[in-house]
Amino acid sequence: MSGVRFSGAVSLFAFLVLPAMAAAQAMIADTSGRKQPLTTWGIQFEELEYRYSDDDEGLGVWNADAFYGTDDFKVRLLSAGEYEIEEQAYETLEHQLVGQIPVSRFFDAKAGVRFDTPEGPDRTYAVFGVTGLAPQWFEIDASLYVSKEGDTSAALDAEYELLFTNHWILTATLDATVAFSEDEDIGIGKGLVSTETGLRLSYDFIDRAVSPYFGVVHERKYGDTADLAETAAGSTEDWFAVIGARIAF
Amino acid sequence: MNIRLGAVVLCLLMPALALAGEYDLTVDRVEIDTGDFVKQGIGYNGKSPGPVLRFKEGETVRINVTNNLDEMTSIHWHGLILPYQQDGVPGISFPGIKPGETFTYEFPIQQAGTYWFHSHSGFQEPDGAYGAIVIEPEGREPFRYDREYVVQLTDKHPHSGDRIMRNLKMMPDYYNRKQQTVGEFFSDSSEQGFWNTVRDRLAWGDMRMMKADVEDLQGFTGLINGKGPEQNWTGLFEPGERIRLRFINSSAMTYFDVRTPGLDMTVVQADGNNVQPVTVDEFRIGVAETYDVIVRPRDEQAYTIFAESMGRSGYARATLAPEEGMEAAVPPLREPARLTMADMGNMHGMDHGNMDMGSSDDMAGMDHSSMSGMDHSGMSGMDHGSMMMDNQAQNDPFYARGSGLVPTAANGGKFLSYADLRAQNPLYEEREPTREIELRLTGNMERYSWSINGVKYEEADPIRLQYGERVRFKFVNETMMTHPMHLHGMWSILDVGAGQWNPIKHTINVNPGTTVYMETEVDEPGQWAFHCHLSYHAAAGMFRKVIVEGGPDSQQAKTEAMAEDGGEA
Repeated sequence: MSGVRFSGAVSLFAFLVLPAMAAAQAMIADTSGRKQPLTTWGIQFEELEYRYSDDDEGLGVWNADAFYGTDDFKVRLLSAGEYEIEEQAYETLEHQLVGQIPVSRFFDAKAGVRFDTPEGPDRTYAVFGVTGLAPQWFEIDASLYVSKEGDTSAALDAEYELLFTNHWILTATLDATVAFSEDEDIGIGKGLVSTETGLRLSYDFIDRAVSPYFGVVHERKYGDTADLAETAAGSTEDWFAVIGARIAF
Repeated sequence: MNIRLGAVVLCLLMPALALAGEYDLTVDRVEIDTGDFVKQGIGYNGKSPGPVLRFKEGETVRINVTNNLDEMTSIHWHGLILPYQQDGVPGISFPGIKPGETFTYEFPIQQAGTYWFHSHSGFQEPDGAYGAIVIEPEGREPFRYDREYVVQLTDKHPHSGDRIMRNLKMMPDYYNRKQQTVGEFFSDSSEQGFWNTVRDRLAWGDMRMMKADVEDLQGFTGLINGKGPEQNWTGLFEPGERIRLRFINSSAMTYFDVRTPGLDMTVVQADGNNVQPVTVDEFRIGVAETYDVIVRPRDEQAYTIFAESMGRSGYARATLAPEEGMEAAVPPLREPARLTMADMGNMHGMDHGNMDMGSSDDMAGMDHSSMSGMDHSGMSGMDHGSMMMDNQAQNDPFYARGSGLVPTAANGGKFLSYADLRAQNPLYEEREPTREIELRLTGNMERYSWSINGVKYEEADPIRLQYGERVRFKFVNETMMTHPMHLHGMWSILDVGAGQWNPIKHTINVNPGTTVYMETEVDEPGQWAFHCHLSYHAAAGMFRKVIVEGGPDSQQAKTEAMAEDGGEA
């Protein structure tokens, strides 16, 4: 027990040395960055691709989002568009600016605005929704849209990744839209509007920052929306071969 | 005047004390070459890692630190007992060192052993701002050696710390390339049956947790003393010599399993404090820990020092050899570790009956009921038998029973456990703790947020301790990750059930699904940092300030002044 040092000895030591070393210094408050909420940002193109349809149409398509914020509040800008290369026109062009707060361990609630500015009539919507990770690793994004004209619709996006290896990843996506009222000017009928189903095989080429992929996408319109499309001599069902890259930075 | 007076008193206190070592450190932008890649980083005196600082117990050191960066910096003396203003944590000890400024640290050296120093500002430490400290004891050491080397490990990543943090926040599995694949599904199916494998995947999927979540940060090159595996740092010896290897894990995120094939290692020191010697074939070194081992190569041949990361995603390698240029075989990496349901804690409805694990009830201080805060309602009725690892008869009470992280020695021999550690000389008299403080280690991998008792540092009140008390800390790990908890300024006496022979450490690993106790004699006034030493966990919020109230009169006044300081109080 000869090695036992009593804490008293330590305190005596501290008593003698401390005043000498930092006489007039009070304990400071932590105003360093560490005491601030961690702010972070990111930009991702989930899809940045060329689509070639079964009736020989070429489209440039992207689906991107950028976020900035903390664990408690994030601002997110979503951008999606489909550009018809031959006709030099945006079939769809959609931007959303939403605020996002956590509401459960795996889900955020979001609210904001959406601006659609494709070829043809524009639309402005209020957006409410949830986004997060469902059991079994399904990434879910569900939104309710209310247009300035009072038309309401809802969209569900789901995504699942299957890892063939830790670099070869098959991503399955399903986007479905339902309208609760008709908006004939933009070709939306009441009921199930459309689905877009995709399968993309990607390879993580540079970290997870650049992942080239190829795949297949199926688009289909339903019910009244399909009728409206037929009336306008548009297609109600399309298959696409796609090639592109997922980008994150 | 005051300083001189203090020094005089100090001399009276400790007659042996006559020396005052003066040291100069510059903090510089440096280039780091790992052999696999070259990157810009931060170092000391133009290099990363910085120099080995050699102090003597009993001396007072003055260290002039000049900041040549264009941002604030700081140096924390990891494991050293010193006045809190010298501890080097910006916002807690002092404001930090401004660009162009020289800050002089001055403190008495009251201990001996192997320690290290690093920046406590931003991600400068993972970016390269670290070095080793070796303190020569005043008295004789209870072991002999002929030569010594510092073996400082790190996990050097091509990305900067800021970028890594951002990537982890954006995609928590950004760096995880050991995830379960379709191929693993089929190989598990053939071993454990299709439906067992399906149930296993569904159980984990239901929790939205990954069995493969052992290492957040992969893609690093393991360095030893700044050298990558190909650059092969080499320490020379004469056959028959006893070599003291001072292992320091300066990694940002990586635990290493260390072995020297062909050589037994006798562990003589842990975190700078002597332990009763224990001979092992392999040991796991947590982030920020140190272990001193003695090896005795008798043959005129090279020996590899092999440090495999806990998740088997990378390794560091060095060589002990009679001559420069010799080398020994480098073993292959073993299979990646997989978490088990045991690492998720003691879940309700879980059937442990089919696990033939030895009883560990003789170990004081362990319990496994740590996941009580989680919702496991979806888990009942599962067949856990199939998910457990092979359950090689292991008894390490510092892992959850049936944990997938339990290490085994590559040669089938002895793997060091915390339970093997016994203090050589207790620093304090054994006494009952005055109170217990429970710290639940909490987090959410999918949001990459980490906290203590569910509260991140930014929203947390300080932990207030009373000078003179002995506090028992109860760490309850409710996450699936291992957390090396580091209390600054005061010793962490790890409860291994050995009473006064409990080892004295500065960093305590808390494995998933376990509860670990440590006691602290609150014998240093001031305010101190207390945090998980995984860089990106600490930055995400697994961090606390500890205020020691009371103490010698002069300190008392300051503590009271502190109490006025707004939200902090």
